[in-house]
Order: sequence, then C-alpha cells, then structure tokens
Amino acid sequence: MVKKLAALDVDKCIGCMECMFACSRRVGRGGFEKSAIRVRSAGGIERGFVIIVCRACENPPCARVCPTGALRERKGGGVILADDTCIGCGFCAQSCILGAIFWDYEKDKPILCKYCGECEEYCVHNAIGIVELTVEEPGVRK
Amino acid sequence: MKAQARNRVLYIDLTKKDIEIVEREDLFDDYLGGSGVAIKLLDEECEPGIDPLSASNPIIFAVGPLTALYPSASKTVAMFKSPLTGNLGESHCGGRSAMAIKLAGYGAMVIKGSSDLPVYLAIHGDAVHFRDASSIWGVEAQTVGRILREVEEGAGVRTIIRIGRAGEKLVRYACAVCETYRHFGRLGLGAVMGSKKLKAVVISADKSVEIPEEKRREYKKVYDEIHDVVVKTDAMEKYHDLGTSGKIYDLNKIGGMAYKNLESSRAPEEIARELSGENFAEKLLSKRVSCSHCPIGCVHLASLRELYAPGYYFKTTTIPYDNEPIWATGFMLGMKQAEDCLRLIDIVDKIGMDVISTGVLLAWATEAYAKGVITKEHTDGLELTWGDVQVYSEAINKIVQMPNEFYQNLAQGVEHASRVYGGQDYALAFGGNEMPEYHTGIACYLNNLTGARHSHLDSAGYDIDQKLMGKDFGIEEVVEALLKEEEWRQILSSLVICFFARKVYTPDRIISALNAIGIENWTAERLEELGRVIHRAKMDFKFREGFSLATLRIPRRIFEVPTPHGFLKEAEMRKAIELYGRIIGREVELR
Repeated sequence: MVKKLAALDVDKCIGCMECMFACSRRVGRGGFEKSAIRVRSAGGIERGFVIIVCRACENPPCARVCPTGALRERKGGGVILADDTCIGCGFCAQSCILGAIFWDYEKDKPILCKYCGECEEYCVHNAIGIVELTVEEPGVRK
Repeated sequence: MKAQARNRVLYIDLTKKDIEIVEREDLFDDYLGGSGVAIKLLDEECEPGIDPLSASNPIIFAVGPLTALYPSASKTVAMFKSPLTGNLGESHCGGRSAMAIKLAGYGAMVIKGSSDLPVYLAIHGDAVHFRDASSIWGVEAQTVGRILREVEEGAGVRTIIRIGRAGEKLVRYACAVCETYRHFGRLGLGAVMGSKKLKAVVISADKSVEIPEEKRREYKKVYDEIHDVVVKTDAMEKYHDLGTSGKIYDLNKIGGMAYKNLESSRAPEEIARELSGENFAEKLLSKRVSCSHCPIGCVHLASLRELYAPGYYFKTTTIPYDNEPIWATGFMLGMKQAEDCLRLIDIVDKIGMDVISTGVLLAWATEAYAKGVITKEHTDGLELTWGDVQVYSEAINKIVQMPNEFYQNLAQGVEHASRVYGGQDYALAFGGNEMPEYHTGIACYLNNLTGARHSHLDSAGYDIDQKLMGKDFGIEEVVEALLKEEEWRQILSSLVICFFARKVYTPDRIISALNAIGIENWTAERLEELGRVIHRAKMDFKFREGFSLATLRIPRRIFEVPTPHGFLKEAEMRKAIELYGRIIGREVELR
C-alpha cells in the first residue's frame, strides 16, 4: 500500500519542531535546512500552528509543470524527484500553493517529502503520522 | 556549518552601527558555551564600576554546543550588569531564541554601545540590519511582536526578543519578552535594552549544523537515547501535565510559600485550591506549547473570556501562566480568583516587567500602606488593598508612567524603595533581587543570599529544603549541597540545557552527546571542575562589583514566620553564609 505523511491533527501540535529537526537529521544535519516539513505559528502562537508538508495530491501540479520530467507522479499518489535530471528551475515550488516544496540552496534543487515517516517517530503528540493513501484523512493543512 | 564551528561571536556596536564577527574557539573550547562563555565575555566587555544603564554595559546572549542538536537544549543565556542589583545580571529564556541564534550561525552575541534613535536589530543569518524603531517606541511588548512578525522575514524559524514600555522607561526590573509568552525575566535585561534604545532583536535561522560523516550513526543513536528519556520516562512528565504550577497546592499545604508579603507561609485552603495548577488547568488552560526542540510542552497558556462592554462585546485573551507568576500575582497580592492572577500577568507581560519583582514590590507597598509608612499621597490616590485587581493594575501602570517620586522609587525595586521609605524588615529582597515564592527552610534563603543571581534557580534551595523534611541535618551539609548544585548548573547552562531536563542530562549522557557531535575529551571530572571554575568566575565578577557576604541584608520577616522546618534563626544563617564564604575562598570578605 502506498503511504504518505499527513497532518493528522494540527490542534495537537505544540510547536516543538521535532519533526523538522528529524527530517534534516536523516542527512546528518542539525537544523532544518534540508527539511521537507515545516511548522510555524498561524500568525502568533495563540492562534495555533500550521504544519506544512506535501499532501501527495492527486494529479499533482508540481509534477505537471516540471520541464524535464525529473518530478514524476508516484504510482498511487504523491511525487518522486529524480535529482540528476532536475535543473532547479523552481517551477514546482511555485506551483505548490501549500508551500510544501522547500528549497535546497546548496544544491539549488527542491526538497520534497519522501513519505519515509522519520519525522513521525519523534512526534510524541501524534499531530502527524503516516497514512495509507486510500484512507480518507482529515484536513491536511489548516 | 560544521558542528565544531560553533564559536562565532557577533559583536554589535549600537553607537557606531557597526558589527564584527570573531572566531572565539579559545572561549568555546574551554568554557563550552552559554553561561561559561558569557561570563568570560562579560569580564572582557564590562569595565569595573560602570553604570548598568550606560552605553558601556554590554548585553551578551550565548547558546551552547548542544543547542539545536539535542532535545531540550533549548535555552539562551543573557548576561549583563543588572540595573536592579548593580551586579551580575543573568537571565535565561527559551522560546525560539536558542535555535535561532545557533542556526543563524552564532555561538554568542555581544551588544555594546547605545543608539541615538530607537532601533531594532534584524539579524538574518550573516546579514545584520540596524532598523529604525521610532514608530514602535512606546508600543507594548505583544504588539511589537505582531508588527515585526509582518515586516521581517523568517516566519517559524526566528525569535523576536523585545521590550515593553517598562524597558524604555528604565524600570530596573523590566524584562525582555520572547515569542510573546517567554521571558528573559529577572534582573532587568529590559531596562538595559531600553537604555541602549534597543526595542527589539529579531534573529532568523538560515543554516544547519553538519554532523561529521563518521559521527552520524553515533549521533542518531545518542539522540534517540536522550529523546527516549525525555519522552518515555518520568524525568520530565510533571512539566507537561500541569506544568510548573503543579506544585503550588502542595507547597502551600506544607506551609512553604510566602502569602501576602509573608504575613504567613500558607494561604487559606480555599485560596490554595483556587490558585492551584489543577484549577488553572481544569478551568482556564487552553493550550500547551513548547520551546524549539523540546517535546515536553511545559508552556501553559490560558484563555480568559471577558465581557468588556455591554452588548455581548467579548474578548478572549491568551495568557501564559507558570508557578512563579501565579504566586507573585496571586498569593503575594492576596488574589481570590485565578482569573485575577491572569489579568495581572497579562498587564505585567504587556508592559514588560518581571512578574516576580512586581509582585514582591506591590506586596511590600501594600503592607507599608496598611502600616502608614506610605500614604495616599505617595500612591497617587491608590488604596493598595490585598486582592484588589483593579488597584494593582493601576499601580503597575503608574510604575511605568511615574507620575511622582514614589513611583520613580518603586521603579527601582523593593530594596531601593524600602531604603527610601522604611519597612525594610518586610522588604523581601535578597542581594537586591526580589525573592521567589519559597519559604521552605534555610536552604531556600541561603540560595537567595549566596546564589550568583539571587534566583531560586541558582541552586534550587527550595528543593533541598523539601528533601530534608523530617531529617536531621547540619548546615555544612546544606551549604555543600547548595554549592554543588549551583556548580553543576553552570554546566547545564553552558551547554545550554533547560534546567527542567536536568535529570535527563547526567554527566554520562552529556559526554556521549558531546562526543557524538565531534566535541571530545570531556570527562565527568572535567565537567565538574569547569562547573566550579564558571561559578567562581561569576563570584569574582560579583565581588569585583562590590558584593559582600558580610553585609548581606536579611529581612527580619523571614525569621518571624515558621517554615516547614520551624522558625529560622539569623545567627545560624549568618554562620552558614560564613561557611559558604570559606568554601569558595572568600574568608577575607567576611571580616
């Protein structure tokens, strides 16, 4: 079954950024320069948090605008990036109205969620989680 | 950036509007970071005897080697000369501050000089901007955050450290507010910023720390071990559930808490229930949030829904609460309702003052007013009365507005005000700093008297007192335990780890954590020795600036009200101070 990461319940998010740190830690970085997930306040902590991550949409606009075919739709949903054919034009990031495509300024290429679930391991409050793509999940990005 | 490249110090000169970045591996290699590096920088930058509100007073912010790399290594240390005590000023804050400083590429920042016009600093990684703050001067701390949030970049990965009107008006215990709900609370950093015409510092992260290739596996392993202890054991559980206010009810029950300016050490049962962490959580808690890179979520935010005009005009305000703010506004000022504590906390936060100092000061003023030491003429017409939230709200505003000499004196703290008007016996300050809530026994007061910051977090004397309940002990044991704790805390605040995670970060785990990011050669003995060295460096600064063990003022009130250990005796306390002086090699100061 194809899986993806989802914001299960943004109201459970305490803004600790553990998910962001976990994502960059996969590549040996402390911080979130290489992270494919972001958490920020919704304009002040009293308004709660926003979790920004690829929602693996159907017919993804980012893949449609990729001029080289480096970003392809994954079978069953979501996208896969072939780093070596990506020319770093940034069209994909522009096309994502969720802002869920981040940028690697060292490589000048997009950073996309790989749906690996590493971040979920560190979300002790269960605000995010891995879900199967056929399952209806609650609003991904509030 | 490399994990070892943690030693960049950003020097900012507000007079010349100039910056310099200097690699200081000499400091970071020997003193780790945080408090250790900050006291060395303070030694270098702060000339003896300067006026804390002059341009020569430096503000130092420092983070540590574990910042942004391990859970709950989430605090920033601020160091400066305190305008409240005229001596060492050190205050710690979480929020997003530590992560932002580290990932902007700095181990420490030194802010010197004074600006001619109001400015704020916008530090986006390597780019440092001096921006005109004229249009936000006079604006309260929360609103400043809202404005800068819109005009500056870095949403989600930045800190906004700012002052309210109290800082601008040089109220000696003005705080700096961070991310709306966190504070560099104690000892007047806000006034130092105000004296420099520095309204805010925005710092946004744009880098990450590269773990050496050969260390990555080890780093992840150590990270996971520490993370597991943080979230799966009871080492930090209490901070998540009820938060710091969870201990209020029990502390009152044992009679270990100052109530109404220490008129007694216990509030009536119904008040204790009303102001307990349990009641706050059940009735008012709306959200728990956390500092960056800490999964605990000890920050408790309450929602207060109030009718503010007829015709169903409601407003809902989010207000942070913790143990000490509830005590300072509630127990010290005789509030009868949790909501009233929140109302006062909200006002104090917006205006930008330290809530502990404010509560202690107003409690002294209330007692002095009742005793006729001060009159309505002094108070500008206010009848200071226990539990009167309206009067206290007005008094807080007057401290900042300073309509007369009395409020100008109140703005200098309770030590100063009581020296001018009398009532020193019940002016509850130690080393010039207003006391925290505890009346648990001799250890908490020795902590207040001898601690480098005169803060309960220096050596957690209140905790020692409670552990010693029902046991026989000598003062040697207490003094040694306090000193040992304070020395060890220098290591935690140099790394910089939140003190709430102190049980997680044992010497062994600290050494593994350092090793796994390529900082090697630390041993338990070396850490212990460094703790002592940093503590003594702070004390050296204090004695240089005129601190004296022999002349420490002890308010008589603390001997008049029983603690859970019974009545305290001044002679015994003086003896303990002497002993402390001997252990730290300051016999000469005792004569």
